[in-house]
Amino acid sequence: MAERFTSIDDVTARLRSVDYLASSQISSVAFLADRLEKPILVEGPAGVGKTELAKALAAITGSRLIRLQCYEGLDESKALYEWNYKKQLLRIQADRQHEASWKDLEADIFSEEFLLTRPLLEAIRSTEPVVLLIDEVDRVEIETEALLLEVLSDFQVSIPELGTIEGATTRPIVILTSNNTRELSEALKRRCLFLHIDYPDIEREKEIVRVRVPEIDASLAEQIARVVRSIRQIDLKKAPSISETIDWARTLIYLGHTTLDPATITETLHVLLKYQADITKAVKELNAPSGLKKS
Amino acid sequence: MASEPLALAHSETEMLDVLQGFVHELRTAGLPVSMTENLDAMRALEHIPMGERDAFRAALASTLVKHERHWKTFEIVFDIYFGLLAQPGPGDGSGDDEADLDAAGDGEQAEGEGALTELSAEELAQMLLEALMADNRDALRRLAAAAVSLYAGMEPGRPVGGTYYLYRTLRQINFDGLLQQLQEQSKSRGRYPEEDLDRRLFDEELQARLKKLRDLVESEIRRRLVEDRGSAALAKTLRKPLPEDVDFMHASREEMAAIQKAIEPLTRAMAARLAQRRRRRRRGTLDFRKTVRASLSYGGVPADPKFKHPRPSKPEIMVVADISGSVASFARFTLMFVYTMASQFSKVRSFVFIDGIDEVTRFFEESGDINEAVYKVNTEADVVWVDGHSDYGHAFEVFHERFARQVSPKTTILFLGDARNNYHAPQSWVVRELSKRARHVYWLNPEPRGYWDSGDSIVSEYGRFCDAVHECRNLRQLEQFVARIVEH
Repeated sequence: MAERFTSIDDVTARLRSVDYLASSQISSVAFLADRLEKPILVEGPAGVGKTELAKALAAITGSRLIRLQCYEGLDESKALYEWNYKKQLLRIQADRQHEASWKDLEADIFSEEFLLTRPLLEAIRSTEPVVLLIDEVDRVEIETEALLLEVLSDFQVSIPELGTIEGATTRPIVILTSNNTRELSEALKRRCLFLHIDYPDIEREKEIVRVRVPEIDASLAEQIARVVRSIRQIDLKKAPSISETIDWARTLIYLGHTTLDPATITETLHVLLKYQADITKAVKELNAPSGLKKS
Repeated sequence: MASEPLALAHSETEMLDVLQGFVHELRTAGLPVSMTENLDAMRALEHIPMGERDAFRAALASTLVKHERHWKTFEIVFDIYFGLLAQPGPGDGSGDDEADLDAAGDGEQAEGEGALTELSAEELAQMLLEALMADNRDALRRLAAAAVSLYAGMEPGRPVGGTYYLYRTLRQINFDGLLQQLQEQSKSRGRYPEEDLDRRLFDEELQARLKKLRDLVESEIRRRLVEDRGSAALAKTLRKPLPEDVDFMHASREEMAAIQKAIEPLTRAMAARLAQRRRRRRRGTLDFRKTVRASLSYGGVPADPKFKHPRPSKPEIMVVADISGSVASFARFTLMFVYTMASQFSKVRSFVFIDGIDEVTRFFEESGDINEAVYKVNTEADVVWVDGHSDYGHAFEVFHERFARQVSPKTTILFLGDARNNYHAPQSWVVRELSKRARHVYWLNPEPRGYWDSGDSIVSEYGRFCDAVHECRNLRQLEQFVARIVEH
């Protein structure tokens, strides 16, 4: 087992070097995932950097990122492997005149050449270091979840025609993300380290903006973080994500704004919020005389 | 900074004992912790360097807690358990958590607890205000402890919950008035912004600080309670029902807010589940075009037949809800629930009554915001006919007169209420007539089944003409019911 990190601080520092600001909780869990060889299940609202975490971990460990995007109806043939039967069919047809024996033919068409590897198998077989990202795992059906479980616990796959394929010596770092549209099975949760990422507090969000948009000055970053916190407190269909905050900061810089005033916010709010109803509501709330809010 | 929590474990076996004790506390507080998770936590701790409290906490959290909604309980139990074990001395901040206490102004406040308990009420109020203005968290923590000593009036062995002490302390420091005081202070120092927007942001910053103060007071009270009664007793008081199990009729304000929050994710999950099931149920007839198209990739052999997707018709819903005092919150949540699910129905119409009845569909259609619509229903709907006491009979009569003709075989009618009719004439023939016209008629009663038909409740009188009468006391039951009608 190769230990990828020397300490928790090492994780934090290296994540920071690729512009990912991890809270101490995030670094600790990443560190443990490496040491315990367990997958991390990351939950949290959309756009708090769940997928980004996987990418950052891949970057700092020099691994290839293999991504399995989950969706309803995802099955073995899309997640694990599939025989390329169109090609097999062609092979059989091309062979007709030669009258090759069935045995040879069978051995031939069920060989590597006709195997389509899908993300899970690819991650297992890979000889180079890998970070496996299983994105939005809450979208798959229970049956597929069971398949994932099996693969994640043994890290090997049996293909009847080829035999058992075992993983390389180093297990990949596995990250599963969930938007919580349904409750995942207890069995899956038990096997994972659980990490809930929430919207960052003002200090961290400000830092993130400053790291990702280096040309911004501190006071604007602070103002941005405050306005975003304010907007997140309004009851909206979709609260602004971190990436949207960053986009907003970039937009403001691009337009040459150095401070935020209501007019500027109203003009550029569509970068932060994507529903017209949300924009209208936020503009109304932000421009209302504040006074005491009912808690 | 906080190296204490692990200093208590001098050897590995001792660490194991500590961990087992902690897991036991978690289980007592109602969190499910399985055997494997327990073992994982042990393995995880082997990799955590001694003395790193944040990492220690993260290791336990990520291995033992797998639900976000359990997180809060975990934190409290963690603070109680490890806070108490590590810090026998009072006032040494169990709030010493992840908050980065860079401790601005550490020096001036360092006289310690002793000095602070001697404070008079005015001095304390003044210092609190100062600490809040300066956002001096370290001072705030000490002052919170001082406020608890001064005001909570905690007596050993008194069987009173923490919320009582919290309430007392907060009232004495005039917590509700603090925001205004802070605003005035800032104004007098010329630091209060002029612009509306800046002002709003400024206020929010103040509110965030006040929330911090409240948390500090709360954790201080909790710490003292543990000292008094032991953590096991306190852990029990942490056990709270999940939002979906809270009884609508007896929900506290906080619980109401929690229920409201739970509605949206619940309906989202339900819609996803239903869509999935619908798709998997019964395949439609063969889709000839698609099958031929697919056969081309197999050399013209139709190896992969394609089918049409059946599109089941969605029901049309009419909600008829009693919104008189006793069942108002039930009606409110049910309306919210139904409207959040509106996409699952071809049409939703809603009517509310007390002794008069009014259609309120317009409120929901006009504003995109369900909360606002419900607010309007409660303030603007014309539901009082004579005296504002429930009269199901009269309300139903009027409903029949005005809307019965619009009930079609596609319509599903939901009656919501406890059927406590104040001994008026029931007019149950209306329900009978409606059940002949409508596809289904259901009655949802927020009272426990045992109370039905007692006193002035006549739910069976109506119920015999309904397809079913359901007890619907909490979100879970409501969800189950709605799932059923959407499927049929």
